[in-house]
Amino acid sequence: MQFEVIFEPATLKLFGQGILVSLKLLFISVTIGAVLSIPMAIMRVSRNKWLSTPVWLYTYVMRGTPMLIQVYLIYYGVAQLEFVQSNWDTVPLLIPFKDALFCCVLAFTLNTCAYTTEMLAGAIRDTNHGEIEAARAMGMSRRQLMWRIVLPSALRRTLPAYSNEVIMMLHGTSLASTVPALMDITGAARSVYSDFYLPFEAFITAGAIYLVLTFTLVWCFKLAERRWLAYLQPRKA
Amino acid sequence: MSIKLQVEDLHKSYGSHEVLKGVSLTAHGGDVISIIGSSGSGKSTFLRCINMLERPHAGRITVAGEEMKLVTAKDGMFKAADERQLQMMRAKLAMVFQHFNLWAHMTVLQNIIEAPVNVLGVSRTEAVERARKYLDKVGLKNVEDKYPAHMSGGQQQRVAIARALAVEPEVMLFDEPTSALDPELVGEVLRVMKSLAEEGRTMVVVTHEMAFAREVSNHVIFLHQGRIEEQGNPKEVLVNPTSERLKQFLSGSLK
Repeated sequence: MQFEVIFEPATLKLFGQGILVSLKLLFISVTIGAVLSIPMAIMRVSRNKWLSTPVWLYTYVMRGTPMLIQVYLIYYGVAQLEFVQSNWDTVPLLIPFKDALFCCVLAFTLNTCAYTTEMLAGAIRDTNHGEIEAARAMGMSRRQLMWRIVLPSALRRTLPAYSNEVIMMLHGTSLASTVPALMDITGAARSVYSDFYLPFEAFITAGAIYLVLTFTLVWCFKLAERRWLAYLQPRKA
Repeated sequence: MSIKLQVEDLHKSYGSHEVLKGVSLTAHGGDVISIIGSSGSGKSTFLRCINMLERPHAGRITVAGEEMKLVTAKDGMFKAADERQLQMMRAKLAMVFQHFNLWAHMTVLQNIIEAPVNVLGVSRTEAVERARKYLDKVGLKNVEDKYPAHMSGGQQQRVAIARALAVEPEVMLFDEPTSALDPELVGEVLRVMKSLAEEGRTMVVVTHEMAFAREVSNHVIFLHQGRIEEQGNPKEVLVNPTSERLKQFLSGSLK
């Protein structure tokens, strides 16, 4: 084992930049995905077929296909279309497709949003019916009922499952390394591997970094659960 | 005393099964009306129709002189013609449920100030003041920051009563408020309800507690198969029932 290669400044920098890229991919996609999942989940549980069916179809397709395929379809598919490439200097909507990071973020966001939508929709459906009746009986409008009672409760109950989703997404960002222009943690490891032919050292380092990041995330979610799910925890003595 | 709640000729069916066949009720200010009857008699359904948690097929509901605007929907049941009016009327008819139905993710204080602040537009400070006053009234101390799941059933039901009081309703509706409680917790809730009755609050109570119906209420309605079989002063009706059904019902209930 030649771990000294890993601790050379150039390699450390490579991994450092990889961490930044991975975290950037993660936070942008998870944030946008979470924000979008709220209206989508409300649509998903709507009794109006015109609202619920499109969301059902979207989550069905996104959850039914591997994220790698989604990254490929956007980066190698959409972004490589002649029509897109010949217009992406002029058509504002197409400009971002020049950016590899954007293509990845788009794929990741669409993916995590689909999973989060289903989780949240499930939690909304599981809301205690008595609590809904109490809200109606106290004179709340449907809007208040959703925003004051159902969503705050459902978001909290989604938290444990959602922490898994975020961790899966962190690991999922390694798919960004399949996009040549992006150097995330896995990409950095691949580069070290091919430069020095040190597969174990390179990938063990990447694995260790993911492990540390995962535990940091788990810890953050534990704190969040202690804060927002206190009502489900056993009473303190 | 003015009429606080008037329900006229309420009808309700589930499919072809008619569960309410024209039930009426008039509550003057300060009245405590107990509705009794065996399960399936329609007593809970009747109470839940009053605030439109269940949608009746026909009838009129008037709260403190204001008639609820109802129209017949496509499914044959009533729906509110004016959502806003329904919401305001519901706040005048605060309800206490069998299973408390407190909002689990909110603390006791948040549960109580929720409707005053967000439905009635009361300021937060005033709502908190009210909450403390009513918590005191239901005999709870140092519970403001607790979550419902961390309290006993009797305490939760008293919080639910405080929550209902906090909207300062014209009429309070109680839907079997002690039926989900352990026997030793029933008393604390009944005592609170009795104190509310004594201070002149108008209450409609669906109950199995015959002692409460006899001692606290000034009017009792016996429902049987969707009709009022007998009603009147509980001291007379419950002691000397005239109808065969009520005799049977009372003999089955021991007390």
